[in-house]
Amino acid sequence: MPTTLTPLVQTRFPQQVVGTHHFRGQDTVIITREALSDVARFLRDDPALAFDFLMDLTCVDYQTFGRTPSSAPTLATPSPLPYYMNPKPVTEQWERLVDREAFRFDVVYHLYSSRLNHRLRVKVPLSVADLTMDSVTSVWHAANWFEREVWDMFGIHFAGHPNLKRLLMYDQFVGHPLRKDYPAHKRQPIIGPLN
Amino acid sequence: MNQTTNAIRTVESTDTRHMFLNVGPSHPAMHGIIKIIVELDGERIVSSDVEIGYLHRAFEKEAERIPYNNVIPYTDRLNYVSPLINNFGYCLAIERLLDIEVTERCQYIRVIMSELSRICDHLTCVGASAMELGAFTVFLYMIKAREWLWELVEAVTGARLTISYGRVGGVKADLPEDFADQTRTALENVRKVLLECDTLLTRNRIFVDRMQDTGVISKELAISYGITGPFLRACGLALDTRKAQPYFVYDRFTFDVPTGAHGDNYDRYLVRMEEMEQSMRIVEQALATIPPGPINVDMHGNVLPATVMVDEAKMGRVAGFQQAHVTLDPTLQGSTRGFHDAVNALEKRAVLPAKEDTYGNIEGLMQHFKLIMLGHGIRPPSGEYYSAVEGANGELGFYVVSDGSDHPYRVRVRPPCFTIMAALPELLNDRMLADIVPTFGSVNMIGGELDR
Repeated sequence: MPTTLTPLVQTRFPQQVVGTHHFRGQDTVIITREALSDVARFLRDDPALAFDFLMDLTCVDYQTFGRTPSSAPTLATPSPLPYYMNPKPVTEQWERLVDREAFRFDVVYHLYSSRLNHRLRVKVPLSVADLTMDSVTSVWHAANWFEREVWDMFGIHFAGHPNLKRLLMYDQFVGHPLRKDYPAHKRQPIIGPLN
Repeated sequence: MNQTTNAIRTVESTDTRHMFLNVGPSHPAMHGIIKIIVELDGERIVSSDVEIGYLHRAFEKEAERIPYNNVIPYTDRLNYVSPLINNFGYCLAIERLLDIEVTERCQYIRVIMSELSRICDHLTCVGASAMELGAFTVFLYMIKAREWLWELVEAVTGARLTISYGRVGGVKADLPEDFADQTRTALENVRKVLLECDTLLTRNRIFVDRMQDTGVISKELAISYGITGPFLRACGLALDTRKAQPYFVYDRFTFDVPTGAHGDNYDRYLVRMEEMEQSMRIVEQALATIPPGPINVDMHGNVLPATVMVDEAKMGRVAGFQQAHVTLDPTLQGSTRGFHDAVNALEKRAVLPAKEDTYGNIEGLMQHFKLIMLGHGIRPPSGEYYSAVEGANGELGFYVVSDGSDHPYRVRVRPPCFTIMAALPELLNDRMLADIVPTFGSVNMIGGELDR
């Protein structure tokens, strides 16, 4: 049962909304990178949406999506169900809606409205050629550290951020560890005392 | 000729500079490893910068490399004061992805254990911040009370801290036999301790002077920073995920959401003290109304050893085996099967069979194999879910993306104290250096979830 949230955004920004979906009771709006600032302000200030909380901001690297070594089905042709079993009906399908080759990263915003008690997920696909997008620190203060963390972990540059430096890793760290092509066991030299 | 050389120095003639001071990463007045760089004008803080990451241990990266069930022990280490809430928050996200519901009894157990954890968390927070203000007795009293609750946690989960009690589709084991009575006794004792601490602190001049009007944050600013939990409620907004968007069975209990008015340290202290009382109310209601699991009747009124059960089955005498109690060799003893059914969802895609079934019959062994062996495992369909539960510090979110494999594609934790730490400079600037201690104490920073 999709709610009325996504149509509200879609009617206001018909060109900028790439797609919407409703999965397991949660609404998602996918918008273009350029529209983010306008959409963010609209989401916060529109009385029917009133998203005053930026609950979470994160990023997902879709480089190996669906290609995890164990993601292939165990059997090439699944064995048929016995006659007395009915397949579980698949009620909901989830699609990313944008092409993995063209858009490797999704920056994900989880919004919550304390007044109207509803949630919305906003996703901004980014292509690896240009990993720059607008900062929303002027809309929600919470974005400050969240964006620093996404820069640290994924190397996405937020234009207009007041202090975009690494948050969890140290300044001398090379690379962005949560990208899928960063090897989990990679070692980096120990940094001694700085002064 | 210089006249000022021997003259008395005045305020105007003295050259003053701001001093920079590192508070932390390891500082006796700070619990947790964190560095606050403050710029001081005398004792007044002009500006401050917070550095985190000292406890970063790549939880999110690690979670992408291991099967779904193996992430659960890592979630214990996120908030090591109330690990049960982390367990359940993660399990909830996976259950929603798989679209399964846990049994009612399990939901009650989750509520009870979450609330006990919340009390533990608040006891630690209030006790530690009181200790840092010189009230060492309160700390000892509260840790004593936490000990009683941890004994309950130990009785249920088998561990005090690294509990790993949540399971996708259920919990590890049912509550022990006399849990309700033990809990009631423990809560009675905790109430006495809270009353004592209340007498020691709430109208204590030293404590009130340090807490009142320090670390003030306005409601609007707190909302903009994404602050949730007791910290936000002390600012006057009664927002609680348990009430606003109830999960598990929180909508069946009556409890109040206490709020403050000033958003200062003292209000946060009062809110936490009241929340402990409300949590105890929830636990008592849940214990009174928890539904029993299925009644397990022995086949002939006696307990069958597993080997006997196998022999019986070979002769085809299997009627009633589902209801039979089996005892195993102590080294194999896991959850007993009757309890297992009561607290775990009937879902072969996600729930491990009871140990008796794994060792006792081929179906159980196959189910176990399909969930444990490499390349099999729990496989939620492609999708994403953000589960929000009310942690002790605020909203604890788990954003899980699945690509249909047996490893989570991405696990993102939204740690509740992260947003509060981001707002810390707002709380510290233009205040006294000594106010760092009560303010930082009321933030209740947990390094494990902050740095992941």
